[in-house]
Amino acid sequence: MKVLALDTSNRPLSVSVLNYDKVLATTTITTQRKHAAYAMQTIEDLVKVAKLKPSDLDRVVVAQGPGSYTGLRVAVTIGKVLSDTLKIDLVGISSLLALSLNVEKEGQLVAPTFDARNDILFTGLYRITSNGPKSVLPDQHISFEEWLKQLDQFDESIVFVGEDVANFKARLQAHFGTNFKSVVGIDNLPQAARIGIYGEQQRPVSDIDTFVPDYLRLTQAESDWQKLHPGEGHESYVEQV
Amino acid sequence: MKNENSLILSFETSCDETSVAVIKNGKEILSNIVATQIKSHQRFGGVVPEVASRHHIEQITICLNDALQKAGVTYSDLTGVAITYGPGLVGSLLVGITAAKVVAWAHQLPLIPVNHIAGHIYATNFDHPIEFPALALVVSGGHTELVWMPKEGEFKIIGETRDDAAGETYDKIGRVLGINYPAGPQVDQMAHLGHDTFAFPRAMEKNDNFDFSFSGLKSAFINTVHHADQINATLDKNDLATSFQQAVIDVLVSKAMRALDKYPAKEFILAGGVAANRGLRERLDQELEKRDVEFVKAPLKLCGDNAAMIGAAAEMLQRHGAKADMSLNANPGLEFEWAENEEE
Ligand SMILES: [Zn+2]
Repeated sequence: MKVLALDTSNRPLSVSVLNYDKVLATTTITTQRKHAAYAMQTIEDLVKVAKLKPSDLDRVVVAQGPGSYTGLRVAVTIGKVLSDTLKIDLVGISSLLALSLNVEKEGQLVAPTFDARNDILFTGLYRITSNGPKSVLPDQHISFEEWLKQLDQFDESIVFVGEDVANFKARLQAHFGTNFKSVVGIDNLPQAARIGIYGEQQRPVSDIDTFVPDYLRLTQAESDWQKLHPGEGHESYVEQV
Repeated sequence: MKNENSLILSFETSCDETSVAVIKNGKEILSNIVATQIKSHQRFGGVVPEVASRHHIEQITICLNDALQKAGVTYSDLTGVAITYGPGLVGSLLVGITAAKVVAWAHQLPLIPVNHIAGHIYATNFDHPIEFPALALVVSGGHTELVWMPKEGEFKIIGETRDDAAGETYDKIGRVLGINYPAGPQVDQMAHLGHDTFAFPRAMEKNDNFDFSFSGLKSAFINTVHHADQINATLDKNDLATSFQQAVIDVLVSKAMRALDKYPAKEFILAGGVAANRGLRERLDQELEKRDVEFVKAPLKLCGDNAAMIGAAAEMLQRHGAKADMSLNANPGLEFEWAENEEE
């Protein structure tokens, strides 16, 4: 199975081309933010150096969110259009789960963390098993203080993963003491190779058209509007003419 | 066997319409799927960029498959993939650009970048091929500009709005009249029922350049209505609409006619969303009848944003060597070059 895996949820851009669990080519770039310009360019280069053609691919795996809205749309648009146009499998995985793949110790609790600014996090809690990370607390958009309260029910060590953990490290350490654990260097970055290998085991998306980013957050305009119009969605507002 | 025909798959997602089309030889619309978000943005009184981007990603594969199916073509029939890369909303542009790049790469097809304004102008290329030199007035919710085309493939701006686009002004005064976005069609209708009694200012009508300005008109309109509200006077809404539309049309038409004096074109093109405005079409009909120039209006169903017009422009651009690679990015402020100001 030839797999293309991609994560552009935050500042890092990570792309990998695999054949089953064999990594053919992989790249992670952290120095730029123009995923819209670099993602397809990197994919083109890596597929070429892997000595494959686009049509050789069997599956595309993307980190679906949460994260930067634009970044998520780049990965999700690539994933859904590639899957649709080549008639290949599509797998979307949580960008937070993707980060927790960097921790391999079975039984360990992992809290992948993105800074959503204003003391708010995109985060979730996973437990590492032999079949990969299993969700313990769902991915959410939550204030730092509220999140500490949720984590207080666990009297064991938690590994916080992600480049943004540094922004909260002192407060996490103060709160959790020796139960606070972190990782260093490359383990704070999403690794598309790991995302691809994990994604090979996951069930593909059945309806590609409805595949969209997990923003975990309504737009401000919509949330204001929904307060006035409870219970109404937004998809039905688009129509072909 | 070499495919003799040009068959372009085109994408357009620069604002609040997700559109995919298949265009044969730049002239024949095999399909033109347009999913409009108007109802969604009406909730907010105007286009919310983040909401627009989210809708594009919901619609993109649906529109793509509908366009191919309706055209009865497969990827192996195509000779290129075209995409609007600016001007427009960056988040919206990116969904279409990314989709177009994926399709072009997956099927190893040339990628043709298209300026949205060139697309609007080429909406007139279906009924009859554009004859050069041509002068185009492109008016919509996002743009108001005069474009000089000395020959095929050359686009030069000779004037543009200094503030609001004409269509944007319609939406803003529409709000004051209690008309939901987009207000253009209803204001146009009301303008045919009233009289120009308010004598709103015609900004820059006397200036030498070909630039437009609508913010003074907008303020005068809003002040007039607010003042009447304060003294509990009731103004005739149709008269307000007529007076407003007359001022907009006077500015657009007088600048366009002066541009024609300086840039003698074989053909005068009216394109963009506001090109559907009946008052503007009628007035230009009258003015241009007196001149030795052919007046070409974008077909009503192709005035708004759509991918068919992008495919038509792309066919011409591809003949002139336009192509992009996988590094293509959105250019939200994309503009044609300005024409040289030889004289004065
Ligand atoms: Zn437009």
